[in-house]
Amino acid sequence: MPSKNDLYQKFVEKAELVSAIVTNITNEDEALRYVIDLCDKKEACQLLVSGCEADLSAKAEALCDTKQKKVIAAPGLKQDLYKKLAQGAEKAGFECIDKGMRDHLAGVDIGFTFAEYGIADTGTLMLDCPDEELRLATMVSEFHVCVLPKSKIRANTYEVEKMMLTRMKKTPDYLAFITGASRTADIERVLALGVHGPLELHILILED
Amino acid sequence: MQKAHDLKEYRKELHESLDNSFLRTTLDNFAIAYRAGRANAFKDMDVRGLINDIACSKDAAGENYEALYKEFKKNAEAAGVHVHFAKDGDEANRIIARIAKDTGCKKIVKSKSMTAEETLLNHDLEDAGLEVTETDLGEWIIQLRHEGPSHMVMPAIHLSRHQVGDLFTEVTGTKQDSEIEKLVKVARRELRQKYVEADMGITGANFAVAETGGIGLITNEGNARLVSTLPRVHVALMGIDKLLATLHDALRIIKVLPRNATGQQITSYVTWITGANECLAAEDNRKEIHYVVLDNGRSELLKDPLFSQVNRCVRCGACANVCPVYRLVGGHKMGHIYIGAIGLILTYFFHGKDKAKNLVQNCINCEACKDVCAGGIDLPRLIKEIHARILEEDGHPLPSFLLGKVLKNRKLFHTLLRTAKWGQKPVAEKDGFIRHLPMIFSKEHSFRALPTIAETPFRDWWQKNQPVVNNPKCRVALFSGCVQDFVYPEQMQAAVDLFAANGVAMDYPIKQSCCGLPVQMMGEIKASKDVAAQNLSAFDPDAYDYIITLCASCASHLKHNYPKLVMDKPSLKLRADAFAAKIIDYSSFVNDVLKVKQGDFAQTGEKATYHAPCHLCRGLDVHDAPRKLIETSGLEYVECAEEEVCCGFGGTFSMKFPELSAELLKKKLDNVEATGADTLLTDCPGCIMQLKGGLKKRGSAIKVKHIAEALSGNKK
Ligand code: SF4
Ligand code: SF4
Repeated sequence: MPSKNDLYQKFVEKAELVSAIVTNITNEDEALRYVIDLCDKKEACQLLVSGCEADLSAKAEALCDTKQKKVIAAPGLKQDLYKKLAQGAEKAGFECIDKGMRDHLAGVDIGFTFAEYGIADTGTLMLDCPDEELRLATMVSEFHVCVLPKSKIRANTYEVEKMMLTRMKKTPDYLAFITGASRTADIERVLALGVHGPLELHILILED
Repeated sequence: MQKAHDLKEYRKELHESLDNSFLRTTLDNFAIAYRAGRANAFKDMDVRGLINDIACSKDAAGENYEALYKEFKKNAEAAGVHVHFAKDGDEANRIIARIAKDTGCKKIVKSKSMTAEETLLNHDLEDAGLEVTETDLGEWIIQLRHEGPSHMVMPAIHLSRHQVGDLFTEVTGTKQDSEIEKLVKVARRELRQKYVEADMGITGANFAVAETGGIGLITNEGNARLVSTLPRVHVALMGIDKLLATLHDALRIIKVLPRNATGQQITSYVTWITGANECLAAEDNRKEIHYVVLDNGRSELLKDPLFSQVNRCVRCGACANVCPVYRLVGGHKMGHIYIGAIGLILTYFFHGKDKAKNLVQNCINCEACKDVCAGGIDLPRLIKEIHARILEEDGHPLPSFLLGKVLKNRKLFHTLLRTAKWGQKPVAEKDGFIRHLPMIFSKEHSFRALPTIAETPFRDWWQKNQPVVNNPKCRVALFSGCVQDFVYPEQMQAAVDLFAANGVAMDYPIKQSCCGLPVQMMGEIKASKDVAAQNLSAFDPDAYDYIITLCASCASHLKHNYPKLVMDKPSLKLRADAFAAKIIDYSSFVNDVLKVKQGDFAQTGEKATYHAPCHLCRGLDVHDAPRKLIETSGLEYVECAEEEVCCGFGGTFSMKFPELSAELLKKKLDNVEATGADTLLTDCPGCIMQLKGGLKKRGSAIKVKHIAEALSGNKK
């Protein structure tokens, strides 16, 4: 049996291999600070990689125009935590939402979530999101920030199998393994991040 | 997509690929990077064991597919999903078009699905007035170009960034440059609004899990998540081959699939959808989900005792990644819709004989695909079997028919070879090569020099020079194969010399003939069976400790195929099993059984490199013995790049596709020359013929020898 610390080490090693950004935190408040700081540092629209000035077709342009302010989406957060986050965001001049993701399909800057489990074997996060708002927050955000309690790291997928089955049998269910950022190697096999989903995955490992 | 009507047209198409230098470089780079990436991804894992477990669970699922389908349907329906069964592609497409109509859907976003490619779904939906957008970047690119995928996992691997840049310029109506990062972001923004507008999403499924009634999707881009989340209707199209009994079966496949596909430990996203999920775009906040489960010939396949193993395929694409022929010509020429080794097979079953008949001939039988397959499918064997079936249906072309006839009659065959020796006199050079190519060869064959038939075949030499070994350590029979018997008898003589010195008593059953692999390669299974029966009656396996052959191809054919070829004749089958059990290749025998010592050989320290024959390294899983023997024989072994990649001989393959054979040989010889070795050793006379002929044409001074010659030559 690998020790808790071995699992943690392995998880970090594997997650970093797929360019996830891993940080240790000791309490949830730290996570909120991290999110606000990150949002602050971040360029308004990461799609700048292609230059927002680069012309697109009229329809694609129009969608981009719907976004006015930096947005943090955190559906599914505990009430008190969400309140604190929303306060912090307001102070910093960002919009904070926990629903209405469909009005933000042009993209939100940060999606903030909690993972159910971590899988050390491959540096994978497991998120159960039958709730659509939560699901979208992990898909249309440019940066995905996810808190993983250290005690929830398991060796491999077989160790979460039972739990997966319980949820799947109590349908409906929409469950995801997430490993690193959205990626493609479809053009000349060159790796490019953020083709449809997040350009960056930040994992905050919570000491518990 | 494969369009050629006959072999001639097909070869013309192959030439186009060979001339496409971008494609060639990409595929070369990929092949090399893939091998390292895969090895790294599987480090410290029991790959064989895992593949074996997958094969077992997939076989069980195949046998049980009707029950699994029932269970899957029951559980899915209980969770609010509609489940449909489609017997063929047209029916599947009709069902999906009807769902669109019934639900009032107009715009569809699609995430990559090979099954939808197979049924040509997009055409039918577009004909029904629907707008379909592929969202997988590679799929979107080829959709915009009106092309088919050229790889299962990387559908646009054949295109350059410049081609994509030009394409996107057209699509957006404004100039785009060809920087990949930027192109990807353009796609992200252009496609995002397609998701927003779509009312129906179509995905495939990597798994249909019976115990939950849910599906699993493996993607890197995350497009399947958006496609299955944003539109109010979700349709998943999957073949019955996707049915699995348990979630555990799926989790096991995930351990292998991404590693085998691209060398990734896992893809960015694995999505599990079970039941009708929340969908805020739907009136009642519930997504309408339909599963369309497709047969399209799969249940027929499952009934076939040989081909049922095709059900194990998890569509990782690895069989294309390692295929030396795919590497030369790409997916548009190495498959119809499914590509690579599995593509050659599936084309026959899903798209018919006419689409498959040229493709199946384009396999050199190097077994690289079999070695790497996530489901442990014996792909080369199935390809040959399809070739044979097509010949049965279409009639046999004259050359293969004649070769079959000749090989079946050993005396006639040997007489022909002896006559050829006289026929070649006017064009034979002293150095063992023919001066001009005989008339029957076109100039495409001039990439290598051809050897002359030997003055005295091994069988004649043996009758006069057979050594007497007193107090033998063991008793063996020699199987020479035709090339060593009639072209390179000196290789056999070298072996006899070493064996005699090591107390091995030998027998050479004179009624032995060609092993039959050449006719099997041409799809002449009947002739191949006859030849096998002849050789089996020529050897009494009980009389020997081992049956040794210096030809890797013969060895692997005798060992693995003979028992299968005579399967329908019980008494012969017993003999074939005993015979196969005694077969051993030269290197394994000398290294592992005789255990020769370095002290018995003069240590010259001359540099030698090695070419691993396909049928030795993969066919017989022999890797260390020949390399150790090179060192034992007193030479210094220098490793050659891509040592275990095919040299392009492939027997009759090099006759049929000289342009491909020449390219494979070129790569091999470039790698050999780069080692700076003076000698190239190998243990298959076919490879020697190819390598020697090629080096001669290049005017190279590198000597090519069988390992037996090196050992005998340096024997003290
Ligand atoms: S046996 Fe070799 S040539 Fe034939 S399909 Fe497999 S990898 Fe390709
Ligand atoms: S045949 Fe084997 S290697 Fe080829 S795609 Fe299928 S599972 Fe992968």
